Amino acid sequence: MLQLLLFNVTNGLIIGAFYVLMALGLSLILNLSGVINFAHGGFLVLGGYLAYTLTPFLGFWGALIVAPLLTAAIGMAIEQTLIRRLYGRDPLYSLLLTFGLAYIFEDVTRYVWGAQGLPVTIPAFLGRPVSPAFFFITYYRLFMVAVAAAVVLFLFLLLRHSRVGVRIRAGTLDLETVSTLGVNVGRLRAFNFALGIFLAGLSGVLAGGQLGLDPTMGAGLLMPSFIAIIIGGVGSLPGTLVGGLLIGVASGVTAVFFPSASEAVMYVLMALVLLARPRGLMGEEGLLT
Amino acid sequence: MRESGRTHPAVLVAIWMVLLLAPAWLGLVGGYTALGARVLVLGLAAMSLNFLLGFTGVLSFGHAAWFGLGAYGTGLTLKFVAASTPLALLAGTLLGGVLGAALGALIAHRRGIYFAMVTIAFGQVFYYIAYRWNALTGGDDGLRGFSRQNLAIGPWSVDIVANGVAFYYFVLICFAAIVAIMALLLRSPFGHTLVAIRENERRARFLGIPVEFHIWAAFALSCVFISFAGGLYALLNNFADPNNLHYSLSGDLVIMAVLGGMRSFWGPLLGAAVFVVLQDYVSSLTTNWMSFVGLLFVLVVLFFPRGLLGVLRGKSPA
Repeated sequence: MLQLLLFNVTNGLIIGAFYVLMALGLSLILNLSGVINFAHGGFLVLGGYLAYTLTPFLGFWGALIVAPLLTAAIGMAIEQTLIRRLYGRDPLYSLLLTFGLAYIFEDVTRYVWGAQGLPVTIPAFLGRPVSPAFFFITYYRLFMVAVAAAVVLFLFLLLRHSRVGVRIRAGTLDLETVSTLGVNVGRLRAFNFALGIFLAGLSGVLAGGQLGLDPTMGAGLLMPSFIAIIIGGVGSLPGTLVGGLLIGVASGVTAVFFPSASEAVMYVLMALVLLARPRGLMGEEGLLT
Repeated sequence: MRESGRTHPAVLVAIWMVLLLAPAWLGLVGGYTALGARVLVLGLAAMSLNFLLGFTGVLSFGHAAWFGLGAYGTGLTLKFVAASTPLALLAGTLLGGVLGAALGALIAHRRGIYFAMVTIAFGQVFYYIAYRWNALTGGDDGLRGFSRQNLAIGPWSVDIVANGVAFYYFVLICFAAIVAIMALLLRSPFGHTLVAIRENERRARFLGIPVEFHIWAAFALSCVFISFAGGLYALLNNFADPNNLHYSLSGDLVIMAVLGGMRSFWGPLLGAAVFVVLQDYVSSLTTNWMSFVGLLFVLVVLFFPRGLLGVLRGKSPA
């Protein structure tokens, strides 16, 4: 029993780390550009499949870096050609546009790579369990959590200490003033969008190594990311981090006692948070509401 | 403001003639009666959503949940409770309406992006319940084993089970009833208040209008209407499945409203007609219909943000 619980808590943390990577990217884009990127799951899947295609040429380590960068480049191209036109309009329109993009992504990945699941090949030593007693913790799982943690740390350092990071944070609060102070807001948004998509692509590669890839997996990971953002508070990146880990662990623990409710528990958490603290755990009142 | 003005009587007559005569002309243009009923039902759903989206200015992106609840409520009633079409419709409408009103109370003070996200996320709760609760809902396979029943009106019985044309007219009468209620509501002081909130919420608040109450009421009414449409959808297919509750359908309903014209009363019906016929046609041609639907979303947003009727009416402040 204890081992089962431990297994599920660890599992929950790992899944939570995924949710965090994905939700942070969504959150970045939402905060600065006011766009709910429905195609985020599509970018995740694209990142995973690009890694699958690149692995034979670059190896796992090369693909781990190049695939998310390529995904980010594609994301930036889409931002520049399509999404950029919708800034400042009713959020309805960017929502619909990215919704349509999500359809196209799913269909195109299915067309190019096929509907059946594909694995991203990981180095053999990563697939081994850490110790016989904890057979369920493979090195790959530790590695995923380590990458997620490193990326999150890097992101927070970037936002706190780099010039572009400070600008992104300032733009979240008051884009007009940032623009008046001479910052090229268009470029800032493009960079920020690419950064968010990079995180989606990276989660795609990592997820591909663990779960394999299929064209619909992005849609499945999208909803938990939404919930992570709502629980943590719209507008707050630390909130998104806490929200993602929270729902990961909560659904992991629920899976022990009541397997069929492991998805529902996230929604229960969200309802409780909305009742008790409508702005979310770490959200600021009045931002984007 | 023409958008809240009445539809021209001649246009109104034309719309109803087209709908009344549909079983006669659909076959001539390569359609079929069930497709006409599908357009009516999804058109009603899109119009119900637009009651909130276009006339109150509240962005709900999870309306498929209430549509699907109406469908499941109707199907479950027919399967387990009573073999009565009107009773089943009523039960489905109540199920979606009551749950929608309850959620509405929780989120009525939220706006814009936040409102959209919360409605999307909460909509998925019911999807997962329908997907997981195998014993009751049939899970992934959907709810089967029920069928619409013939209508008993006094001593007469109307065959809507086998007779597709009769069922079409049953749907049309239901459609007309709900549309009439919506039109009357929008013409009433209540409806004008909703438009006032959409145009300038702050001013409405300063005038002493209880904004939260009105938004909640519009949300709840919209949920009631769309649940009714969902119930009709279950009757049409004799089937309900989890995709009736999925956020993809919510997105489809929003694009129908936008495609037809969010600011007009009849726009969503036109949007639904174009969307349903196009989807029916494209999916018969290619398995990659998702790309076409996605492309339709992109094109509408970029080139027809005010919808087909918005374009027909010419320039007005967007």
